[in-house]
Amino acid sequence: MAEPLDDYIDAVSKALALPIEEAWRPAVRANLEVSLRLGRMVDEFALPDETEPAPIFTA
Amino acid sequence: MTSKPEMTASEIASAVAGGKMSALDATEAALARIRQHDTILNSFTDVTADRARAKARAIDADIAAGKEVGPLAGVPFAVKNLFDVAGLSTRAGSKINRDLAPAKRDATLIERMEAAGAVLVGALNMGEYAYDFTGENVHDGPSRNPHDTTRMTGGSSGGSGSAVGGALVPIALGSDTNGSIRVPSSFCGIFGLKPTYGRLSRARSFPFVASLDHLGPFARSVTDLALAYDVMQGPDADDSACSTMRGLEPTLPLLANPVSDLRIAVAGGHFQKNVFPEAVEAVGRVAKALGATQVVDIPEASRARAAAYVITTTEGASLHLDRLRKRPNDFDPAVRDRLIAGAMVPAPLVDRAQKFRRWYRGQLAEIFKSVDVLLAPATPCTAPKLGQVNFNLDGVELPVRANIGIHTQPISFVGLPVVAVPVPLEPLPIGVQIIAAPWREDIALRVAHTLEKMGVAAAPAPRGL
Repeated sequence: MAEPLDDYIDAVSKALALPIEEAWRPAVRANLEVSLRLGRMVDEFALPDETEPAPIFTA
Repeated sequence: MTSKPEMTASEIASAVAGGKMSALDATEAALARIRQHDTILNSFTDVTADRARAKARAIDADIAAGKEVGPLAGVPFAVKNLFDVAGLSTRAGSKINRDLAPAKRDATLIERMEAAGAVLVGALNMGEYAYDFTGENVHDGPSRNPHDTTRMTGGSSGGSGSAVGGALVPIALGSDTNGSIRVPSSFCGIFGLKPTYGRLSRARSFPFVASLDHLGPFARSVTDLALAYDVMQGPDADDSACSTMRGLEPTLPLLANPVSDLRIAVAGGHFQKNVFPEAVEAVGRVAKALGATQVVDIPEASRARAAAYVITTTEGASLHLDRLRKRPNDFDPAVRDRLIAGAMVPAPLVDRAQKFRRWYRGQLAEIFKSVDVLLAPATPCTAPKLGQVNFNLDGVELPVRANIGIHTQPISFVGLPVVAVPVPLEPLPIGVQIIAAPWREDIALRVAHTLEKMGVAAAPAPRGL
């Protein structure tokens, strides 16, 4: 039975031309679930609209 | 005079500069220790013996000619194999990078160490592409803990921890994106410095996460740590993040200053959860020795760890995207599958993680108005067994690999300087993070030096050799 993230994984895999063998899929899915869970944790935190990102770059 | 494994870098440099020991003898002694012990420790992937002997002979010739030599004259050192070493392919723990052309020029930090008289003796094992907290490597085998060779060194600078903890060399260099200097320091019972983000040049080292990558030294004494750090300071146009705003700020002359004027607190909340009793014991010993009774909660530290995770996995995926397309089967499968997942994280979440980083940096800046130093565990536990998959933390079964850095990630996320100090518990040592405000490495080193003088922090002799 297809897992909820499988359609998304297939679509991004195609969009990025990033092949995923079936044998890797469970581990990729498990890692993506962790990344999205932690991403949601960040997303849930309300930030002022004026907040700028932190990376440092000087030309 | 013969070089002994317990000699510190400053003792070797003093003996060499004073004519009591030749740089070549110090170098040969290190090479002999590597030959004797590294078949067990597996910390070195390359030994640059010819280059080291040539450099040592040049130092001895300078001394014979009455020329000035640097503060690290004749001191053997080694580097994590993501540093460019002229003539070697910079493998960064991978199979894929072995196909790269040999580096034409040394990394900036190697050049600065050698300009101070240090002698490079080799390159060190590491977790693949630095995406690792264990020190295990599927291509080169695991680096092994010098206190119990059935245990992890921690990673990703595992060979650096093993080589210094095992007293093969007195100084090694490594990198720290989320904890990769502080974790091996903790498990291998040595001192490690992760400087402020932007302090030391990363030029000609293989990157991982540009937003979070730092380089720094490991040593068995705080004096050696400061000595190496001081000679590596200075702006570098070849690293866009390396600050041009900071001049040289030597720490060695300040080490012996008292710490009685410093406001020292223990980090609470996130940093007092998810810990084994040994981490509680280590932080308690350090806090007691320093008279630190105040507990300061760092707001949203768990969320900071989450944001560091998101930035790491996505920037790492971006770096390796083409290799993931063309040579997926040449990666460590565990690294590959995490990176592929990282490529699939929606962009707004990454942007929000970077914005959260700015907010969180403001919170730490507020805290450092009222304290000078924060104390926190470097790792939740002492070194796990090699291959160990899970541990039980606060009653929850969790994967070891992902959770070893739970207390280091919220600190490097905003680039704060940290000295990891080893607390010599039995049967295994464990580290404590001495965390200071940005650009105040001098304070963290001063506190570490005080703890070392008190005997609370010490690098134990290797017990597994």
